[in-house]
Amino acid sequence: MISKFQIALKNLLRKKARTLLTLVGIILSSWVLVSLLGFNRGYEKALNRDIDNMGYQVMVMAKGCPYEAATMMLQGGAGLRYIEENVAKSIETMPEVDKVTPILMQAFFDPNKGDGGGIAGYFGVDLDTFPGMKPFLRFHKGGWFRNATADEAVMGYEAAELEQREVGDLILVPEKNVQLQVVGILQRTGTQDDGTIFVPLKTLQRISNLDKITTIGIKVKKDADMTRLENALYQLPDMQVVSFSQVKQTIMKLIATARVMVLSIAVIALLIAMVGVVNTVLMSVLERKHEIGILKTMGAMPGDIFRLVWTETLLLCACGGLAGIGLALVFARLSDLLVRRVLPYAPGGELVAIDFRLAFLTLLIIVAVGLLSGVYPAWKAGRVRPLDSIRGEG
Amino acid sequence: MTIPNGVSLEARGLTRIYGRGSEEVRALDGVSLEIRKGEFVSFMGPSGSGKTTLVNLLGCLENPTSGDLHLAGRPIFGNGNVLGERDLTRIRREVFGYIFQNFYLIPTLTVRENVALPLAFYAKPGADMEVDRILERLGMKHRMDHLPGQISGGEMQRVAIARALVNRPEILLADEPTGNLDTKRTGEIGEILQDLNRSTGLTILMVTHNPELGRLGGRHIEMRDGQAYEL
Repeated sequence: MISKFQIALKNLLRKKARTLLTLVGIILSSWVLVSLLGFNRGYEKALNRDIDNMGYQVMVMAKGCPYEAATMMLQGGAGLRYIEENVAKSIETMPEVDKVTPILMQAFFDPNKGDGGGIAGYFGVDLDTFPGMKPFLRFHKGGWFRNATADEAVMGYEAAELEQREVGDLILVPEKNVQLQVVGILQRTGTQDDGTIFVPLKTLQRISNLDKITTIGIKVKKDADMTRLENALYQLPDMQVVSFSQVKQTIMKLIATARVMVLSIAVIALLIAMVGVVNTVLMSVLERKHEIGILKTMGAMPGDIFRLVWTETLLLCACGGLAGIGLALVFARLSDLLVRRVLPYAPGGELVAIDFRLAFLTLLIIVAVGLLSGVYPAWKAGRVRPLDSIRGEG
Repeated sequence: MTIPNGVSLEARGLTRIYGRGSEEVRALDGVSLEIRKGEFVSFMGPSGSGKTTLVNLLGCLENPTSGDLHLAGRPIFGNGNVLGERDLTRIRREVFGYIFQNFYLIPTLTVRENVALPLAFYAKPGADMEVDRILERLGMKHRMDHLPGQISGGEMQRVAIARALVNRPEILLADEPTGNLDTKRTGEIGEILQDLNRSTGLTILMVTHNPELGRLGGRHIEMRDGQAYEL
């Protein structure tokens, strides 16, 4: 015997080219939709991970644009101005503070970098406090510096890979003509640390002829009153406080604008696909008007015809939705690269995160939208009178 | 619904008017007749004489403008009673089988699937066992896995007859069943219908332009200007 499902499937196969074109529309819409929803989640997750992997929740730096400074820091750039090193000591005494670590960020012009030269960034970190702030850092090879004044460097995984460095190699600090020995290469973290070159703070200060720092990283005690701490930090003269929760909020606000725009495009794509579905199914219904009439003479109720046409819509949307989600999963890395190209700041790790729940949710949306599109053609088909088919015989 | 011996269909003053006002067309004008169980009735007449309209009303495909129709003594139309599509469908699927000039087979379904198609919507008990039996009886079993596009016009009409019979109807309505067939195939389809009527007692109401086919029926009704005349 033949089921309604088989009848619906064979009806769709009748006009293969039309069905295929409609499917392509649904596939593209679901691809865009699931990728955007995946980006929505992935970006926030990646940003959270980047901020968590900073090891500290608050940064203090000399007054300037805090977000630019924070972004530069996240991207491995230099801060804006210098601050006295003893400020770190005074912050450490605050009751909300668990640990502090002074950081000096320096950038030197390297004429050998890239085609026309480039900036080489260095992070001067305190051997006593910095590794404790980031206990999750693991070494691929080697380890931290032997002492606080050694001419040594620890390279992030990608920095070492890019410059083809191994433990024991010497690297030259451009402009300063100082050689540093690579003593450690970190494992990949998926964060900006991967592209960073760490140098002992004292060594970088000596190379730069400075006794100051650019930033103080603050790890806050669990359940500490953040507002109170921030207020206390603002009392320090000429200091700017950057809380990463604020940074995150600001970045997310910036991203939200782009997201709304792209989501609007996805909705338009979805609407176009919806119109495509309505057009395909309605055309098919009109072409089969006589057949539908005959089905009614055979005993098909209006509801049977409605369900038959609706099943066709469901099949179209479910197949298109599944294929679109499949493509989105296969090309997630490509979407990731494209997103990175257009965003001013992209955290490390997976930006387009599509999991089973999200895929299922997208499929539900596509099927729901599809079924909605099928209501009118199905209703119209259900209303065909058998006599119409007979009168249409000519 | 099983129709007992005796009068299957009884029409009194059946009238069907299409259009309104000056555009009004009286397609059927107060036709009264009785159809008995097991009869093979041919409706003949020129185009526009009302034969198809009469068979459509007898087959519960549409409501009359006025007049009564009883099916096995049960009132279907009458006293201003207008049946909705659902009610008409219920009657149609229990009582009638239909074949038309254009066979309306689904091109993507095989012969067997086309015959079984009505069972996807409504199946009398044991009807699914009928598919192969009917195909064999109509000489189409060897073609059951073919698509409609792969068989001849005569074979397509046989498939359409098989489809109409799969739910064991009490009455078969055939509207110009050989209108698209050549003389040889017309003869074959005529023989099939006559055999079905004689061997199973199936009531057949057939509209045809073809006098030879019309003569196969045991009873002939001539339609002229919306009125029926027994020949």
